Amino acid sequence: MLGFIIRRLIAMLLTLVAVSIVAFAIIQLPPGDYLTSYIAQLSSTGDQVDPRVIENLRVQYGLGEPFYIQYWKWITGIVQGNFGQSFEWKRPVWELIWGRLGNSIMVEGLAVIVMWVIAVPIGIYVAVRKYSLGDYLATVAGFIGLAVPNFFFALILMYLAYIWFGTTMGGLFSPQFETARWSLPRIWDFLAHAWAPVLVLATAGTAELIRILRANLLDELQKPYVTTARAKGLPEWKVILKYPVRLALNPLISTIGWLLPALVSGSVIVSVVMNLPTAGPMLLRSLTTQDMYLAGAIILLLSVLTVIGTVISDILLALIDPRIRYGSK
Amino acid sequence: MATETMHLDVTHPVAIKRPARESQFGLMWRRFKRHKLAVVSLWIAALFYAVALFAEFLAPVDPSAYSARYTYAPPQGLHFVAVNEDGGWEFGPYVYGYKTEIDPVALRRTFVIDEEVRLPVRFFAESKPYNLFGFIPLTTKFIGVENPRDPFYILGADRLGRDMLSRLIHGTRISLSIGLAGVTLSLFFGIVIGGFAGYYGGWFDSATMRVVEFIRSMPTIPLWLGLAAAMPKDWSALQTYFAITLILSLIGWTELARVVRGRFLSLRTEDFVTAAQLDGASDWRIITRHMVPSFMSHIIAAATLAIPGMILAETALSFLGLGLQAPIVSWGTLLQDAQNIRTLASAPWLLAPGVCVVVIILAMNFFGDGLRDAADPHGR
Repeated sequence: MLGFIIRRLIAMLLTLVAVSIVAFAIIQLPPGDYLTSYIAQLSSTGDQVDPRVIENLRVQYGLGEPFYIQYWKWITGIVQGNFGQSFEWKRPVWELIWGRLGNSIMVEGLAVIVMWVIAVPIGIYVAVRKYSLGDYLATVAGFIGLAVPNFFFALILMYLAYIWFGTTMGGLFSPQFETARWSLPRIWDFLAHAWAPVLVLATAGTAELIRILRANLLDELQKPYVTTARAKGLPEWKVILKYPVRLALNPLISTIGWLLPALVSGSVIVSVVMNLPTAGPMLLRSLTTQDMYLAGAIILLLSVLTVIGTVISDILLALIDPRIRYGSK
Repeated sequence: MATETMHLDVTHPVAIKRPARESQFGLMWRRFKRHKLAVVSLWIAALFYAVALFAEFLAPVDPSAYSARYTYAPPQGLHFVAVNEDGGWEFGPYVYGYKTEIDPVALRRTFVIDEEVRLPVRFFAESKPYNLFGFIPLTTKFIGVENPRDPFYILGADRLGRDMLSRLIHGTRISLSIGLAGVTLSLFFGIVIGGFAGYYGGWFDSATMRVVEFIRSMPTIPLWLGLAAAMPKDWSALQTYFAITLILSLIGWTELARVVRGRFLSLRTEDFVTAAQLDGASDWRIITRHMVPSFMSHIIAAATLAIPGMILAETALSFLGLGLQAPIVSWGTLLQDAQNIRTLASAPWLLAPGVCVVVIILAMNFFGDGLRDAADPHGR
């Protein structure tokens, strides 16, 4: 088991390095470097450009030096917790994003939980009652969930809320709780706001999870041990829940590997539509204003979160399923 | 059961028929037709692509023709039967006219459908000269009002009084073609890279698969956004179009490469490939002559299933304002107008492009599923 975790962690480290290179490449993509635009912006607002400040920045970021030296300076800074400066906000990147990143993690984490809570009972039901009305309804709903783009669903939800209740849905907190400390009323306020984006984010994944669980469970239910259990007179709920469901859930855990990237992707666009204070809208804004250190940091952190989430799900799977723990040696 | 079927009836010899032959495509088509949903989806998708192809002819007016007099005019619909005051019926297509009303709450001028006024509509109506496909000069549109000065907004108008239907039809062309172009490009990368990896195996195979896994473990929209944001602002419409296609297929090729590699791996050990190798056929001949034809249908099915993702991605990117830009009309750029919830509340017809997205994605998914099942020789 320890060996498995260590191997998985080493693979994760390599992936993280690759992720950071991609993020840095994106920072470098727009024509012109950070300082040129910074100076241009300062001059346009009529500010004095202090040559010493410029020179310091140039050394700090290694501008004008080869790609790998710039990358090295950037990545060593990040490992020490220095993500660079946002030139639009004139503040350190980390200060700007940590709160928003926390909101992102909360919304996405809730979406994962909601997905499972909805998908598992429905998945079991449709597999046990194959070709029933409920099965068909779930299939139709699943296809619609897959076909309606996240942001379109969000738009429709906001439209209906506006037409029926006259409220503009959006944000994660009421104004009075925006900067407050966490407390019971604030949690309540958060949940009252977050249910809509969480629901929107969970739809597509739920549909897919139900489909996979149904297929897995149908395979398991045909196996002889289920018949044996039945023949021995086990109550039906026990026959199903005790063995086949547990086996059918295992492959489901590994789906987090592709669920998370899709979820993080979706949350960016849903956050923009619903105006959530998460990392998504800030990424979009920083990209349109070419505030590249901010944008690069957000892309990096979103990807890192995804990779770490996937590794955690892999380790969980190995903990639950001994075949994976021992099989991969 | 088994013994019964093996029993040969000698007393009644069956008339020897010439063995019926059917091409692989014919067999596939026969299996495909059994999927009713897939067949319906095929027709829907074909309809969408026909609309995209004949956009200039089908769109009543130019998509960028604006009219400040009719901002956010509601949909007129299209009516065929009219009841006159004397109770008589009248047939023939028409639309209602507009009258302006002052909204008592917002004190704004709003357009309301005026059922008193009927504006006759004609199919194959005269229009200003235009070029179909850019080179066939025509002066007839599929549909139009008899008097060109009358308003004609079957699906309503947008912020600048532009016809939603015409914009939707032209948007269909861009959105569907970018899906096709993106998949074609992804297919090219996928077949070349996946084919190499699957056929030769070894270190190239494992390296490719690591790269594929890596790309697939990254959240796509932030990546796409980052790449799209790097496009110079002064690029022409055509350049942006191709750049977006390229960006989409940078991630799109991974899935197809995996499928191609999987097929190559499973076919490499088949007897007919070994036979061809023993006969001294070159690698190129084995691949193109023996292997590719036997899994082409799978690849086509996988490519079809990849199209919806491409369309969705383009729509999402353009919706966020980093994909295709304003003068280009696509479903995504059209939906940008629907971002403001208050505008949306007074003009819900701005959501029409989203409905198109949902319909085509459902249709392509069902069609692709049917195709995949039909392409599987071991299926029922």
